[in-house]
Amino acid sequence: MKYVDEFRDGELARGIGKAIRREANPARDYAFMEFCGGHTHAISRYGVIDLLPQNVRMIHGPGCPVCVLPVGRIDMAIGLAMKQSVTICTYGDCLRVPASDGLSLLKARARLDKSRADIRMVYSAADALALAQREPQREVVFLAIGFETTTPPTALVLKQAQALGLKNFSVLCNHVLTPAAIVAILEHPEGNGVQLDGFVGPAHVSTVIGSRPYDFVAAQYKKPVVIAGFEPLDVMQSILMLVRQVNDGRFEIENEFTRAVTRDGNRKAQALVAEVFGLRDSYEWRGLGSLPQSALQIRPEFAAWDAEAKFGLSYAPVADHKACECGTILRGEKRPADCKLFGTVCTPETPMGSCMVSSEGACAAHYNYGRFRDVAVVAA
Amino acid sequence: MKANYTRPLDLKSGRVDMNHGAGGRATAQLVSELFARAFDNPWLAQGDDGAVLPAPAPGERLVMAADGHVVSPLFFPGGDIGSLAVHGTVNDLAVMGARPLYLSASFILEEGYPLAELKRIVDSMAAASRAVGVPVVTGDTKVVEQGKGDGVFIATTGVGALPAGRAPGGARARPGDVVLVSGSMGDHGMAILAVRESLAFDSEIRSDSAPLACLVESLFGAVPAEAVRVLRDPTRGGLATTLNEIARQSGAGMLIEEAAIPVHPQVEAACELLGLDPLYLANEGKLIVVCDPEHAGAALAALRAHPLGAGAARIGTVTADEHHFVQLRTALGGMRMLDWLSGEPLPRIC
Repeated sequence: MKYVDEFRDGELARGIGKAIRREANPARDYAFMEFCGGHTHAISRYGVIDLLPQNVRMIHGPGCPVCVLPVGRIDMAIGLAMKQSVTICTYGDCLRVPASDGLSLLKARARLDKSRADIRMVYSAADALALAQREPQREVVFLAIGFETTTPPTALVLKQAQALGLKNFSVLCNHVLTPAAIVAILEHPEGNGVQLDGFVGPAHVSTVIGSRPYDFVAAQYKKPVVIAGFEPLDVMQSILMLVRQVNDGRFEIENEFTRAVTRDGNRKAQALVAEVFGLRDSYEWRGLGSLPQSALQIRPEFAAWDAEAKFGLSYAPVADHKACECGTILRGEKRPADCKLFGTVCTPETPMGSCMVSSEGACAAHYNYGRFRDVAVVAA
Repeated sequence: MKANYTRPLDLKSGRVDMNHGAGGRATAQLVSELFARAFDNPWLAQGDDGAVLPAPAPGERLVMAADGHVVSPLFFPGGDIGSLAVHGTVNDLAVMGARPLYLSASFILEEGYPLAELKRIVDSMAAASRAVGVPVVTGDTKVVEQGKGDGVFIATTGVGALPAGRAPGGARARPGDVVLVSGSMGDHGMAILAVRESLAFDSEIRSDSAPLACLVESLFGAVPAEAVRVLRDPTRGGLATTLNEIARQSGAGMLIEEAAIPVHPQVEAACELLGLDPLYLANEGKLIVVCDPEHAGAALAALRAHPLGAGAARIGTVTADEHHFVQLRTALGGMRMLDWLSGEPLPRIC
């Protein structure tokens, strides 16, 4: 496949792997956090770990939008469908996130009177808008989640809904911001001292916001960031660049993903987002707690399409399962297999925490792709 | 003199109504003018409650398989629910090592469904059954109210004869055995998804829906029956899930080479676009063979010599692994698990 296979070439990968082994100082350990779930997925799916030396450890970060969505937010969406008879449209992975009362959107769906309410999977915000246009008798709410990548399409449908004067469409906004999550990781008070030597920076997020917003990570926290694409060779190249920065004692924002990311990002998308959204004072993240100015809310000019305003919703926090380690895993303090629930009561079929839901979540990635590493396997 | 007093079924603009499932004259008319005429065989023509069939030859055993078909959309590039219903059940028998002999078909129709489309489906099903030489010898028709069905559901049962000496089974894979596939993975699943999601690709992705009985006979003609340890058609859940089923049944593991698994470039590209893995997409005309290593070369050659196995490949080996892990050596050179399909990443596809 042109423009894809080039970034999955085994020979090139082995070459970069050798370079990392050659340059990584055997007298020390390196710990890098891949912020994005997309990187976690790529590392697991392509077996990148096997090409790295043992003293280079990759730590999963909080960059899976499904994983950081707290239970209370899913409860809001389920409540809308069950009590206010709306049709919730959202991305596939959201449907399986555990909510209160043993429910998830998928389980709630089975209890609905489909003639009045529904819960549907969509591939894009535009699909939700199209449904509202096609079925005017249906009250459609798009459950919007995601970092800066998925925010512009949500902004666009809000503008379109306003232009069309669409009365049966609104957005339940849960868009969150990457830099705030990085600060939370670096400053988390309960952290048991996860030592990070640098970050593999977000790919798609950075195509929107550019590399400039990470400058503070180098300036204030003296940690290197290398923005990388989601292909396995991108990830490996960025790890090599991080090893070099650490060896040189540098902490800079470097860009491996130059084919898509610039310093200033996509200004048109940024302007669109700024027109439709403002900052929330505070937003609760799963695993990271309430973070100030870490999420977006729909501006008052678009209140008619803001599900929270339209249906008078308010957020009520819900505690996670006591034994669930999603929080510490999201902060990089524990590995999935360290959680007592992992692989026993918590599996992709019966997820207790959100990290086990999306294939980009740390626990699901380890369960689906990497759990063979936890036990010795005898070859034929 | 009038030939009969019944107005013929309006197969151009008529629609299924509740009478067609009530068991009275309208049902009888639908059966005789549509089903019996299309499937046209002496067992069905008798109009009895069941079919009286000859016993298998001495030494042979009977194999029976059931299958329900609820595909949406009902027509897709490369097939439709009618031909799929035949292929699916014929393949279930073929992968047991059996020669498929007879089919039954139960139609659950939704009130309001156009008779013209039903005729297309029934004709396609009849053509598929004739092509593979497996008649539909008995059937049933029910009608559900509008909104309670999805146009047409078809439940089929197949009966086949298992020749003496053949006993492929999911529990028979042994460490060291070779894993073969008969061709590209994920074509059916992606064809369905592309139509359902109205994805416009430059080149059409077609379902691989096909009857595998002949391919299986070629295989048994080329290698000793006992060398064929396991036969499976990787339908729902795709290659990945089917390999896990075999590994669990056999109490073994597998080591699969990603680079050796055939996938059409269009399917790969579409998967890339949708964030899906072709190894988890359904196939309706592909075979997995677990084979004694000594006869793997001959088995692969036999598959490749048949039109339905032209793209056959050797993709891995069975390993000793008490955890029954199916491991994949990625094209990049790393290792990972090729795990069971978890949940349902796609809407229902077959």
